[in-house]
Amino acid sequence: MPDLLIELFSEEIPARMQARAREDLKSMVTNGLVEAGLTYASAGAFSTPRRLTLAVEGLTAQSKPVREERKGPNTTAPAAAIEGFLRSTGLTLDQLERRADKKGEVFFAVIEKPGRAAPAIIAEVLEATIRNFPWPKSMRWGNGALRWVRPLHSILCLLTDESGAQVVPLTVEGITAGNTTEGHRFLSKGRFAVTSFDDYAVKLKRAHVILDSAEREAAIWQGAQNLAFAAGLELVEDRGLLAEVAGLVEWPVPLMGRIAEDFLHLPPEVLQTSMKEHQKFFSVKNPRTGRIEGFVTVANTETTDHGATILKGNQKVLTARLSDARFFWDNDLRVAKAGMGDWLEGLKSVTFHNKLGSQADRIDRIAALAREIAPLVGADADMAEQAARLAKADLRSAMVGEFPELQGLMGMYYAREAGLPEPVALAARDHYSPLGPSDAVPTEPVSVAVALADKIDTLTGFWAIDEKPTGSKDPFALRRAALGVIRLVLGDGVKISVRAIIGLSAADHLNLRELSGVGVPGREKYLDEVVDLLRQAGAGAPISENQIVDQLARRGMRLEAADIIVRLRDYLGALNKYNVLPTDLLSFFHDRLKVFLKDQGIRHDVIDACLAMPGNDDLTLLVKRAEALAAFLKTEDGTNLLQGFKQANNLLTQAEAKDGVEYSFGADPKFAETDTERALFTALDAAEAAITPATAAEDFPAAMAAMAALREPIRAYFAAVQINTDNQIVRRNRLNLLHRIRAICSGVADLTRIEG
Amino acid sequence: MDETRKAPRSFQEIILRLQNYWGAKGCAVLQPYDMEVGAGTFHPATTLRSLGTKPWAAAYVQPSRRPTDGRYGENPNRLQHYYQYQVIIKPSPPDLQALYLGSLAEIGLDPALHDIRFVEDDWESPTLGAWGLGWEVWCDGMEVSQFTYFQQVGGHDCRPVSGELTYGLERLAMYVLGVDHVMDMPFNDPQSPIPLTYGDIFRQTEEEYSRHNFDGATTEMLFQHFKDAEAECERLLAFPADDPKTGKRIIMAHPAYDQTIKASHLFNLLDARGVISVTERQAYIGRVRALAKKCADAFRLTEAGADAGAGA
Repeated sequence: MPDLLIELFSEEIPARMQARAREDLKSMVTNGLVEAGLTYASAGAFSTPRRLTLAVEGLTAQSKPVREERKGPNTTAPAAAIEGFLRSTGLTLDQLERRADKKGEVFFAVIEKPGRAAPAIIAEVLEATIRNFPWPKSMRWGNGALRWVRPLHSILCLLTDESGAQVVPLTVEGITAGNTTEGHRFLSKGRFAVTSFDDYAVKLKRAHVILDSAEREAAIWQGAQNLAFAAGLELVEDRGLLAEVAGLVEWPVPLMGRIAEDFLHLPPEVLQTSMKEHQKFFSVKNPRTGRIEGFVTVANTETTDHGATILKGNQKVLTARLSDARFFWDNDLRVAKAGMGDWLEGLKSVTFHNKLGSQADRIDRIAALAREIAPLVGADADMAEQAARLAKADLRSAMVGEFPELQGLMGMYYAREAGLPEPVALAARDHYSPLGPSDAVPTEPVSVAVALADKIDTLTGFWAIDEKPTGSKDPFALRRAALGVIRLVLGDGVKISVRAIIGLSAADHLNLRELSGVGVPGREKYLDEVVDLLRQAGAGAPISENQIVDQLARRGMRLEAADIIVRLRDYLGALNKYNVLPTDLLSFFHDRLKVFLKDQGIRHDVIDACLAMPGNDDLTLLVKRAEALAAFLKTEDGTNLLQGFKQANNLLTQAEAKDGVEYSFGADPKFAETDTERALFTALDAAEAAITPATAAEDFPAAMAAMAALREPIRAYFAAVQINTDNQIVRRNRLNLLHRIRAICSGVADLTRIEG
Repeated sequence: MDETRKAPRSFQEIILRLQNYWGAKGCAVLQPYDMEVGAGTFHPATTLRSLGTKPWAAAYVQPSRRPTDGRYGENPNRLQHYYQYQVIIKPSPPDLQALYLGSLAEIGLDPALHDIRFVEDDWESPTLGAWGLGWEVWCDGMEVSQFTYFQQVGGHDCRPVSGELTYGLERLAMYVLGVDHVMDMPFNDPQSPIPLTYGDIFRQTEEEYSRHNFDGATTEMLFQHFKDAEAECERLLAFPADDPKTGKRIIMAHPAYDQTIKASHLFNLLDARGVISVTERQAYIGRVRALAKKCADAFRLTEAGADAGAGA
C-alpha cells in the first residue's frame, strides 16, 4: 500500500492560522480521496511557518470500479425528457438499455466507472484543495490569480511504495509538483529531494527544521525551563503564547534575559502583558520574591555568537517598551492619587451607546443602583457607591489605553496606590466578573453590589431602547450579562427581588421621575394628576382638554393643552414601557436560568414547575425549589407520589370542568366511608402540618419529604375508593378531598407541569 | 566591496546603501515627492503606479509627516517628521523576500548574527481605500520594515499585485548604528570635518513644528483649505478628457491626486490640533478616501494606469 506525502511550501503563514490549516488540509484531502473511492490507514498533518504538510499512510493504489444503474424515462416519453436524461448521464441514446417495466418499456443507463489509479485522483483532489482552501484571509501575488495565505512557492507531492517513490503529476497555476523542498531560511542552503515521509522529516531536521509543532512546543518549553531553572528562576506557563511562538519558528532557540531593576516595581501583569503582546516573550518569575524578573525570547536561528546579538537587541526593544509602560504608570499614578477626577471628567466624552449616553452617565446610574443593592448583599451603601463611581475610571488611564485587557486590574492597583479602601480596589478589578461560564464569581460584598448594578444597568438599558438579543445576534453580550447576574446571585446565595431592582433601574433609564414632573417646582407629579383625571373620566363623562387645563390651573399649574398632551404622551410611553419591561426582562433571566440549570442536569419541566410559583424573581429561592424537586423526582417516592398527584389532579380537573365548580370547600372526614379514606384524612393533616412551616422556612427538601409520606395513603385511597359514586354528597366530599391533595402537593412547585 | 562589508557609520550611509542596492536590483531610484505626506505610500509612484498592468519598479526616500507624533524632539524615537524608505515592484517578483533580506545584509543586518522574522501584519489605509497582506519584519524583536502585497488601492483590485517594502529609516538606522536617542544619531560620517548629528539638523525643527502642529496652526484656515482641496480635486476630475488647446486626451489625474494628498495632510494637522471629534474623524477619513478613489478611477483611464491591450 503506498504512502502519500504532500507539502505546500509558502512564505510565512500567520501563526494563529496554522492549527486550523493543518486540520483543513487533512480533512479536505482525505475526504476527497475517500469520496473518489480510495481508502487509507491513517493521516497526519503538520505545519511550520513556511509549510503545510500532510502524510497519508496505507493508501489504496487505485479506486474500485463502480457500476451504477439509473432508471430513466419511458421509451415513449417526449424527446425533451429523453434528452435531459442523456445529458444528466453523459451517455448517447444507443448506450442506453431498454427494459420492460410495469408501465411499459423504460430506458436504463448503466454507467460503469473503471477503477482509477491513485495519482490521478490525488492530483485532482490536491488541486481542488489548494484552489478552495478556507484561509480566514487569502491573497493574490505577482501576475497570478491563485489565492493562498501568502505566496505559494512549491508543491511536493510524492507517492511511495515498495518499488520506490514517484512524483504525482500535478500543476497548479504554473507550480509543478516535485519531490524537493527547502530547509531553514538561514541555516540551510538550497533545495533537496526526499523519497518518503520519514526521509522528509529526517532531512528537514538536518536542514534545521522541526516539522511537528508539538515537538517545537516541547523544545521551547524544555529549553526555556532549563534556562530559568539554571538561574534559580521559574518560567510562567502560557499555553496560548507557546502555541503562537511555535508557529513563528522552524528552529526554536530560547534565550533568557533579565528585566532591568528600574522596571521591577511595575505590576507583574503590566510586565507580562507588555512582554507578551509586543514581543511574544515568556515571563520568568523569581520564586522567592514572586516578582517577574526575567524573560525568555525564542529566536528562530542559531548564530555564531550564540544569540548574544539577538538577546542584546531584544533587551533594547524591551527597555524601550517598558519605559513606555513606566511612563504610563507614573502619569496614571499622579491622576489616581489626585482622586481620579481627570479620568472621571474624561469619561463624560466617551460614548457608551448613542442612545444610552456616556460612560459617565452610565456610572451615575450604576452608582445609584449599587447603593440600593448594597444592603441586600451585605455591603455598605456608601462604599458601594464610591466603588461604583471609581470602578471604571481606569478606562481613561494611559495604561489601559495601551493594554485594554488590563482594564479593572489597573483600577485595582491605582485605587490601592491612591489609598482607597481595599473593597473599592477589589470592586474595580472584579466588577466585570464573571465574564465567561468558567470565570470566578466575586464574593466580596462591595464587588457583588457593583457587579450586579453594572450588569443590570446594561440589561435594562438595552431593553429600554429595544436592543434585545435575537437568535444568534447578541452584539452587546446581554446573554452573558444575564448569566453573570444569575451566577452572582446564586454564588452569594442572596435573597434579592430581581424584578424590584430591574424596576429601579428601568425607572432611571426611562427618566420616569423627570417625565412625571418630580422635582419641578409647582409641577410635582402633575402628570399623575392628569392620568387620574383621565381615569375618572373614563368611568363617567368624557373630559375635554380645556377641562384638564382648568383643573391644573386651579392647582396653580399653568400649562398649554398642547404642551400637556406632548408631555403626557412621553410620560405614558415611558410608563407603558416601565410596566412591561421588568416582566419581559425577568423572563429573559428565566430563559438564561433554564440553560444554566440544564447544564447542571435539571430538566426544563422541573424548572417550569418552579417558575409557576410565586416569588420567581428570587433566583436563589427558585433554584432551591428546583434542586429539591429534581432530587425528589429522582427517588421512588417522588415518581410514585407524582403518579398519585396526577391521578387526583386529572379526576378533579375533569369533574370541575364538567360540573362548572371549583371543589375548594374543604372535605369533611365525617363523610368518609372506609378506613382507607379516613387514613388519608389523617395523613393529609399530618403532611400539611409539616409542609406549611417547611415551605415558609424555604426548607424544600423537608417539605418534599413530608409530601413523600402521602404516597402510600394516596395509592391505597385510589385502590379502595370510587370517586364518582352515585351519592352526590360523598362524591363532592371526595372531590374536595382531591382538591386538598392537589393543594398540599403544590406547596413547593406546580407539579402539573412535570412531564411523564 | 570592502566598503560595504564594513558596518555603516551614519544615517546617510544607510540610505545610500539602500539606494545603491535597489538601484542595482533594477529599481528606478526616484526622489521624494514634493508634497507633505504621512507615509511613503502616498507618493504617486506607489499609490497610482500600483494600478493598471504596466510593470513598475521604483525605490525612494520619502520624508513623512505625522503631526500628532511631535514630541518637541525629546522622545528618543518619536518624530513628527521622519524618513521612510520605500520600494514598490509590480508585479511582485517571486524572490521579493530574498531581495529584501539582501538589502538588510547590505546595511549590516547579517542573518548569521541576527534573528529576522516575518510576523503577520495586514496593512490597511482607510484614507487611500487600500489594503494588503504581509508582515512586519522583526530583527531581534524590533520591527524594522513593513512588507505588503497590495490587494486593493483606491478601491481597485491590484492586478497584477505590487510588492511594497517600507523601512522606517530612523528606527532601523538607530539599531544598526547602536544609538539610543534619535537626536544623537550621526547623520553624516562622524569622522567628517564637520560631523552632524540628526539632532543638529532636526532638533530645532521638531520643536518648532511640534508647537505649530499642536498650538500654532490656524484651524479655520485649515478647515477652509481642506474644503478647497476637496473642491479642486473634484473640479479637476470633472474636466472633459479631451483638451481643446492641444487636441490631446489629457486627464488631470496627478494634479487631482495632489489635492487628495493636501486634504489628507490638512486632516492630519486638524487632528493634531485636537479639533476633530471621534465621530467627525470617520467622516473626514471617508471624504479623503472618496477623493483617492476618484483619482484612482481617473488614473485607470490614463495611459500609465490602463490595462495592457486596453485601448486608451
